[in-house]
Amino acid sequence: MNPAFSVVLLTTLIGAGQGLFLAMFGIEAAAAASWIDAPAAGFYVCGSALSVLLLGGGLLASFFHLGHPERAWRAIAMWRASWLSREVIVLPAFIAAVAAYGLLHWLDCDATLLTGIAGALLCLLLFWCTGMIYACIKFLQEWASPLTLVNFTLLGSASGLMLAAALSELRGDAHAAVLAGWALGLTIAGFFTRGAALLRNDRLKPKSTLQSAIGINHPKVVQKAQGFMGGSFSTREFFHGRGPGTLRRVKWLFIAAAFVVPALLAASYLDGGGSGPLLAALLIQFGGLVAERWFFFAQANHPQNLYYQAVS
Amino acid sequence: MTQLALVIDLNVCVGCHACVTSCKEWNTSGEAGFLADDNPYGRDPTGTFFNRVQTFEVGEFPDTQTVHFPKSCLHCEDPPCVPVCPTGASYKRPEDGIVLVDYDKCIGCKYCAWACPYGVRELDEHQKVMKKCTLCVDRITDTKLPEAERKPACVLACPTNARLYGDIHDEESIVSKAIREAAGYQLMPEWGTQPANHYLPRRAPAKPAAAASGTTNPLDIDGPMPQAAEARS
Repeated sequence: MNPAFSVVLLTTLIGAGQGLFLAMFGIEAAAAASWIDAPAAGFYVCGSALSVLLLGGGLLASFFHLGHPERAWRAIAMWRASWLSREVIVLPAFIAAVAAYGLLHWLDCDATLLTGIAGALLCLLLFWCTGMIYACIKFLQEWASPLTLVNFTLLGSASGLMLAAALSELRGDAHAAVLAGWALGLTIAGFFTRGAALLRNDRLKPKSTLQSAIGINHPKVVQKAQGFMGGSFSTREFFHGRGPGTLRRVKWLFIAAAFVVPALLAASYLDGGGSGPLLAALLIQFGGLVAERWFFFAQANHPQNLYYQAVS
Repeated sequence: MTQLALVIDLNVCVGCHACVTSCKEWNTSGEAGFLADDNPYGRDPTGTFFNRVQTFEVGEFPDTQTVHFPKSCLHCEDPPCVPVCPTGASYKRPEDGIVLVDYDKCIGCKYCAWACPYGVRELDEHQKVMKKCTLCVDRITDTKLPEAERKPACVLACPTNARLYGDIHDEESIVSKAIREAAGYQLMPEWGTQPANHYLPRRAPAKPAAAASGTTNPLDIDGPMPQAAEARS
């Protein structure tokens, strides 16, 4: 596939916004259970505002993917069948829940924990919808795996937890270390699950072949003409046009930038390294996750490409 | 229940692209607006087409066969492009099984094209909506036309009659007979999409001709379509 930056930004930004909300809700739940001291309300208010900004930014980015953004409202229609339609409903609902969560904390209301539970459920539902948009297309074999859902959830959560830790550290709250510890744990878990997806995809055997594509059962079939000399939607949308070397470099880049380097930096912060390593971990990890998402799209090999192998 | 479809005979197609141009002509001139056609005489011409004719070489030189292969929307009986559409713009007509796009509802998200394994949906770069073969729905249902002309433009244009059109659910239709008698097959059966359009397989030339020319025809080993499980290996 040819990665669309609007969708890369959508999925990475909302992932971070979702993780940030889960971090706040986790802190509040732990404080309610008296495991930790409750942070100042400002932590929730700032965090919710930041989360709404990220989620809204992702939503805004998604409009650039559409040919007719003014008709985007129509996308709520087919929620019974389409995961994309479900995402279009759940994302604004989740943004509303996060905004309400921040507002209730600001106004010092009692219903914050209850709102948080609703928000957390919507958050997990949103991870599910986003992941299923890709995982439900069975012939995009690189995506059609439960690992897609696991990775969207873990990687989004890791970046959001890292952001929550940085926010906490900058505000001088007492929970920065707990959050950084969780961010480190999720980053390590994401390293293993994303690594599992990479290993799985390396071993994939395409179910469709040129033989099944045109139905001629001969071992040697070569395309001589695809039917047109210039490009078409089918050649622009489904080919990224980069060589295998670029893909390999982006893969190692995101393994380093999304997992290894931020994990080391977070560990160094937990070791008493100050806010510098934590902020660096946050920024490098987000960059790494953008590369990871680009790779996620680029690696998916669409069976339609079998029909577009030679211009003439 | 009716399921309209095309059956394309790969023995007869000569790769002349008449179906491509007549399809473009008909579908760029209708009520739905024109089909994108940029730089038609420039270095990099591009545009929206519902139908493409591709060419494949089968076999090892010098024992090769050239196969011309027209490809358009196959109007699957279980179309994977329909349930993914968030707006309901992509739909399958219950009355005749044609898969259509409502251009007024399409938001141009391209998800349906991702969900089609055959690469037959093309986003129109000017109208910014997804387009695809309609089986000339505005022509085959037009009762003002003489009955013989109520066929898709590509079928009427084909000079060799390689394209048959009819209801594959009607046992007695020309397409059902062709599928039955000439072992018509579907593309990429491994995904269970059940394309309505079928292709009639290339046959090796009659034995005397092959013997006389002294060549081995590579299509001699052409058997029945591989099953999904076999196609993997």
